[in-house]
Amino acid sequence: MMATAMGFYKQAALTLAIWLPIVCGMVILGVGRRWPKSVRPLAAIGSVLTFIVTIPLWALFHAQRSVMQFRERVAWIPAFHVNYALGVDGISLPLVLLTSLIGIIVVIAGWQVIKDRVPEYFAAFLIMEGLMIGVFCALDALLFYVFWEAMLIPMFLIIGIWGGPNRVYATIKFFLYTFLGSVLMLVALLYLYFQAGESFNILSYYHLHLGETAQILIFLAFLIAFAVKIPMWPVHTWLPDAHVEAPTGGSVVLAALMLKMGAYGFLRFSLPIVPLASHVLAGFMITLSLIAVVYIGLVALVQEDMKKLIAYSSIAHMGFVTLGIFLFNRFAMDGAIVQMISHGFVSAALFLCVGVLYDRVHSREISAYGGVVNRMPVFAAFMMLFAMANSGLPGTSGFVGEFLVILGAFKVNIWYAFLAATTLVSGAAYTLWMYKRVIFGPVTKPAVAALSDISPRETSFLLVLSMAVLALGIWPFPLLHMMNATIHHLLWRPGVRLMAGAP
Amino acid sequence: MPEIIVLAMACAILLADLFFKRRFKSLMYWASQATLGMAAIAAAMHSSAHSRIVMHGMMIADRLSTVLEVSIFALTAVVFVYSKAYIAERGIFKSEYFVLALLGVVGMCVMVSAAHFLSLYLGLELLSLCLYAMLALQRDSISATESAMKYFVLAALSSGLLLYGMSMLYGATGSLEISKVAAILATLSRHNLVATLGLVFVLSGLAFKLGAVPFHMWIPDVYEGAPTSVTLYIGAAPKVAAFALFLRLLVAGLHGLSGSWQDMLILLSVLSMALGNIVAIAQTNLKRMLAYSAISHMGFLLLGILSARTSGYADAMFYALVYAFMTLGAFGVIILMSRKGFEAEQLDDLRGLHQRSPWYAFVMLLFMFSMAGVPPTLGFYAKLAVIQAIVSAGFYGLAVSAVLFSVIGAFYYLRVVKLMYFDAPQDSHALRGSRDLRWVLSLNGVAMIALVPWVGTFIAVCRATVHGLP
Repeated sequence: MMATAMGFYKQAALTLAIWLPIVCGMVILGVGRRWPKSVRPLAAIGSVLTFIVTIPLWALFHAQRSVMQFRERVAWIPAFHVNYALGVDGISLPLVLLTSLIGIIVVIAGWQVIKDRVPEYFAAFLIMEGLMIGVFCALDALLFYVFWEAMLIPMFLIIGIWGGPNRVYATIKFFLYTFLGSVLMLVALLYLYFQAGESFNILSYYHLHLGETAQILIFLAFLIAFAVKIPMWPVHTWLPDAHVEAPTGGSVVLAALMLKMGAYGFLRFSLPIVPLASHVLAGFMITLSLIAVVYIGLVALVQEDMKKLIAYSSIAHMGFVTLGIFLFNRFAMDGAIVQMISHGFVSAALFLCVGVLYDRVHSREISAYGGVVNRMPVFAAFMMLFAMANSGLPGTSGFVGEFLVILGAFKVNIWYAFLAATTLVSGAAYTLWMYKRVIFGPVTKPAVAALSDISPRETSFLLVLSMAVLALGIWPFPLLHMMNATIHHLLWRPGVRLMAGAP
Repeated sequence: MPEIIVLAMACAILLADLFFKRRFKSLMYWASQATLGMAAIAAAMHSSAHSRIVMHGMMIADRLSTVLEVSIFALTAVVFVYSKAYIAERGIFKSEYFVLALLGVVGMCVMVSAAHFLSLYLGLELLSLCLYAMLALQRDSISATESAMKYFVLAALSSGLLLYGMSMLYGATGSLEISKVAAILATLSRHNLVATLGLVFVLSGLAFKLGAVPFHMWIPDVYEGAPTSVTLYIGAAPKVAAFALFLRLLVAGLHGLSGSWQDMLILLSVLSMALGNIVAIAQTNLKRMLAYSAISHMGFLLLGILSARTSGYADAMFYALVYAFMTLGAFGVIILMSRKGFEAEQLDDLRGLHQRSPWYAFVMLLFMFSMAGVPPTLGFYAKLAVIQAIVSAGFYGLAVSAVLFSVIGAFYYLRVVKLMYFDAPQDSHALRGSRDLRWVLSLNGVAMIALVPWVGTFIAVCRATVHGLP
């Protein structure tokens, strides 16, 4: 009995994780208008169930093996050889778990705050959660593309309906930017489809022998798609707009999850499929990453708007991720993925903190605050931890990723490491300076004087995230162990290994 | 033969109208629907895997004609459902509307199953004649009359071009039968001047019927000027029939000149995608915007044909059918929003639709994203299919330009969604519409996303349909 249940789970876990939230979202859309009271419980049940479904993935995952696990495969469009093929490895599993955890937090975060069109709000988030898990699990290039693009629709509506004053501009910019990035990827995928003898199987692309020109063109097509999502300098301009205008939940999903999809794309597509081009263009990628780290760090320093500041800090942190990926060594790659997960927690937490303040004062300007600690001591303590994690304090998750990437950069070129390490200064400067201006000082504004400390609902999600941040910072071993074999396998793939400097 | 059933019933309805006068109005409607149903059944029963040439080489009965005829019947039946209340409120609920539409259907059926230049031309003219009259059905409307006039002059010109091209092909090959023309063309040299010149004229005529740039001028004016019920009719089934003309004439008949028509179609296709998508951005009238969007969609449709591969024709056919149902749905929403004395045809009329009716806003959203080609809607798979076809034929640059134009196109579809979802309503009237309109429209919208798991089946059907083509 137990064995059959286990067997069933192994065959259907990923499908469940993808479709459970989507179906739940559809149900909410269907019944939400007639029974408005059922919307929030349904959303909570949907997200919690999804999380429960994904937990055993971690327990049953064989970390020593680099192959895809929990694979599923059903023919979908036979004329184009498209399969509904799913599977996870050590890179995608942490992201799936992150997604399902953040899913719950987003639902809790929107619990009381959203008053307009409630069913649509929760449905959009649940559907998006399922689609994102789909992106991380898809082993078929077309399926990947469908999930990747389908996510634009709910995000477009989330920013456009529940966003701030300038939301329409921001959401159309967001949609067109990402749509433009992805369509070229589609052409590249179609090219690969014919090169691989009419197959959309991503894993079969890993064994293609492509010429250098073709590799570089494919790399560039992927680069546009992924760079826009990450976002890398200079195609990052949509992110501050989208973040600032999005509702809190939207910002959390954008920062914690959507940005990871771009980096995931590099790991799943660019590196293994076009290794030669990845090496040829590594210097270019490293340059862009370092510009993001250094320049965007400085830009973040002068922001007046808290959300904008965190958005720029996200871009700088994601610069670390791309830097780690294109250094081609073990430390840097480990660091990149830890940084992805860590940034998922930290940026989500910081956006939630801003959301907590915004819900009370209705301003995101740093200057509208000051002395918040006098009124909200518990909140100030939580935010302190997340601010420290954002600036890379040892003992928090932010430190592990940055340290590993800098270590990896040292092995390649000391100047890369030097430039990357400037983030320790600028990151601390912009985060802590914002923290100081918002939290400390005397209470001068009447709005701040009227503040009350966080509710149990708000405490709950901040507590969960703070535990995650600390756990990952103090004992990152489980995460590193989970992705160890996969990264080893990726770096030792013929072609990827080519680069000087042993992994 | 389904054509005979439709023709006979059209005459019967016309006669019955004389006797019953105005007492049994809805009888006309139900009789027309029954006609279409019977014709569809007849077509399905007569289908056979082998192609047969019948009526002394005039007509061909094969899978292609069966499938396209059935889809034309289905599209027209949906048009009748959508337009019933609309025409009743505007005083054009007359038997003429149904009779003309049914005769147009006969014309389209003749077009899709023509095996001879003459029968093909006859079908085309029958359809055009019905369309002239339908456009002018609302006698007192200046814009409708104007659009009928415009359409008449331009369509007559394009028919002339087509006929002239056919006569040149006759001169080059000595035959009017499509299969014989193909056989003789295969023996001629590739650079036969008369045949190529004939091809140019034939292609201009065809491009006009499809509405590809630079033969697109009539589309925006006719779409805008015509009563929405007629726009609905023009926008859907005749596109499928025009697509069939391309297959019958260019692919089956002039395959020997495929090198030449490929080049011409590339030009038409890129121009259509560019002009359609860019000019649509500047429109404030919803019907005009959809007209330009139709032009750009025809550009995409041509991509499948110009790949000059059998699988590409199947992809183009899939595109044509998906497009026909999308456009029906989009105009269906316009009809739903209109009411007596009010035509909802400005973009601004869509403002705040989500607050007036969340469900129909969602349905329209599905149509818009489907037209923009955003997954997971059906429109994406249609675009994927045609782009896949040109990539397989090696036109990488064309594929890149096609996807870039689709990004430009996404903007104006997004604007519709923006108006519906982000803006406050200006108009507080509740949406009214008969129950069958609401049901069919909802089904049509949900189909855009619910049929996705069966995309593979549809494409397989399309592939089997075009199997016999070169």
